[in-house]
Amino acid sequence: MTYSIVAASLKQKQIAQSVSRGKRLDERGLTDYREIRIEPGIVERAEGSARVRLGKTEVMVGVKIDKGEPFPDVPNEGVLTVNAELVPLASPTFEPGPPDENSIELARVVDRGIRESKTIDLEKLCIVPGKRAFVVFVDIYVLNHDGNLIDASAIAALAALLSTKVFNYEVENGEVKIKPGYTQLPMRNYPIAVTFAKIQDKLIMDPSLEEEQVMDARLTVTLEKDGRVCAMQKGGYGYFTVSQVLEAVKMAQEKAEELRKIVVGG
Amino acid sequence: METSQKASSLINENGLRMDGRRLDELRPVKIEVGVLGNADGSAYIEQGKNKILAAVYGPREVHPRHLALPDRALLRCRYHMAPFSVEERKPPAPSRREMELSKVIREALEPSVFVEYYPRTSIDIFMEVLQADGGTRCASITVASLALADAGIPLRDLVAACASGKVEGHLVLDLDDAEDKKGEADVPLAFMPNLNAITLLQMDGMLSVEEFEQAVNLALKGCKQMYELQKETLRVKYVAVKEEVAEE
Repeated sequence: MTYSIVAASLKQKQIAQSVSRGKRLDERGLTDYREIRIEPGIVERAEGSARVRLGKTEVMVGVKIDKGEPFPDVPNEGVLTVNAELVPLASPTFEPGPPDENSIELARVVDRGIRESKTIDLEKLCIVPGKRAFVVFVDIYVLNHDGNLIDASAIAALAALLSTKVFNYEVENGEVKIKPGYTQLPMRNYPIAVTFAKIQDKLIMDPSLEEEQVMDARLTVTLEKDGRVCAMQKGGYGYFTVSQVLEAVKMAQEKAEELRKIVVGG
Repeated sequence: METSQKASSLINENGLRMDGRRLDELRPVKIEVGVLGNADGSAYIEQGKNKILAAVYGPREVHPRHLALPDRALLRCRYHMAPFSVEERKPPAPSRREMELSKVIREALEPSVFVEYYPRTSIDIFMEVLQADGGTRCASITVASLALADAGIPLRDLVAACASGKVEGHLVLDLDDAEDKKGEADVPLAFMPNLNAITLLQMDGMLSVEEFEQAVNLALKGCKQMYELQKETLRVKYVAVKEEVAEE
């Protein structure tokens, strides 16, 4: 315990000094992302999937589609559920057991970006209004934790949804029958999450794990394809000033464009 | 189309809302401190139809012990909704939403507390939503901050919270449940005015960057009003205590 406090404060000093010089320990600039590598369609059993590496952070997302019931308040829409698992093989700090607040927050922040930007055309996933609809399960599986799980998971979720296929079907006497063949999941938007860490009053993008361990606070801004903000989440024990928040939103808008090209293509 | 839209409209032609409020007006707020006997600090808030109780226990010994921190107090928060607080009974087990809110509320309050004064202890904050009508996370932060003050825990500032949002194309302050459900966006925000510090910021919906900036400024205005009400509540309590002491 004492060791970790001493080590953290030494690390904090080192990271803070380099951030104040506009540099980071891994030689990145303050707004540089680590290298992003995306491999879509890596799980054949899933209707959609992708593995994303953001530097050493590694996240896999699988999309399963099932038949279910629409929610009573939106009888004409399919259902979206997002879940995240911080599996113990990803980090010495992850423990087996039911989802803790970190994995719930991760899932809900990614969910908000997809839901609020209306990424999936859920109306097209309704089979029989009020009775049958497709349920899209987005399962986030963190495989290696080296910081910024939110952005990596959001990218992986988007990439997996882009690769998702829905089985063809027909309705016969109120019964849903699966037919051979697939169609692409109907997509309308491409949300991108941009996460900042505040270290010594400076904003840096895509924090690594060691940067997250010394940051004061975290801010995620999710932007949809036309540059509007569709979700936001502050985290961490510190705070942001009003001008830092407004500055972050503008910086995120630019960065999201750049990242979207990597995920969705030109 | 016109008529059906009018019928379900949340904002009328005079720019007033369902409950007669202007776009930038808070709901009626009533706050009390020191409402619970056993807690070290407590407070109660009514904001519109919201009714929320907050209690603080601590600084006290940490259970389980291994969670204790050697350099500061462990701050724990539980935001919980009573099963009867909403239209359809809510199962009492903490939902995913409640777990997320407990986390963000803790992170909204922690910057205000001098946790380094109380190493190896815990400060536990419990919030029970007795009746919910939109904006409960913000009202919970406002009332929990007062409960911390009532417990005599040193604070850098009070944390006041308020949401703004977009309803039928208008930016509005302090959304109620109907506005939140039908609205286009919701921006809950918590603020420490003396430190110019935003300690909670979330957003869902869809806003342009310009609209977002206006929404933040509107929410800040709401926070400052809540802050004045918080201070007034404490002032009233301590004036009463002072009089009691004087009488003795």
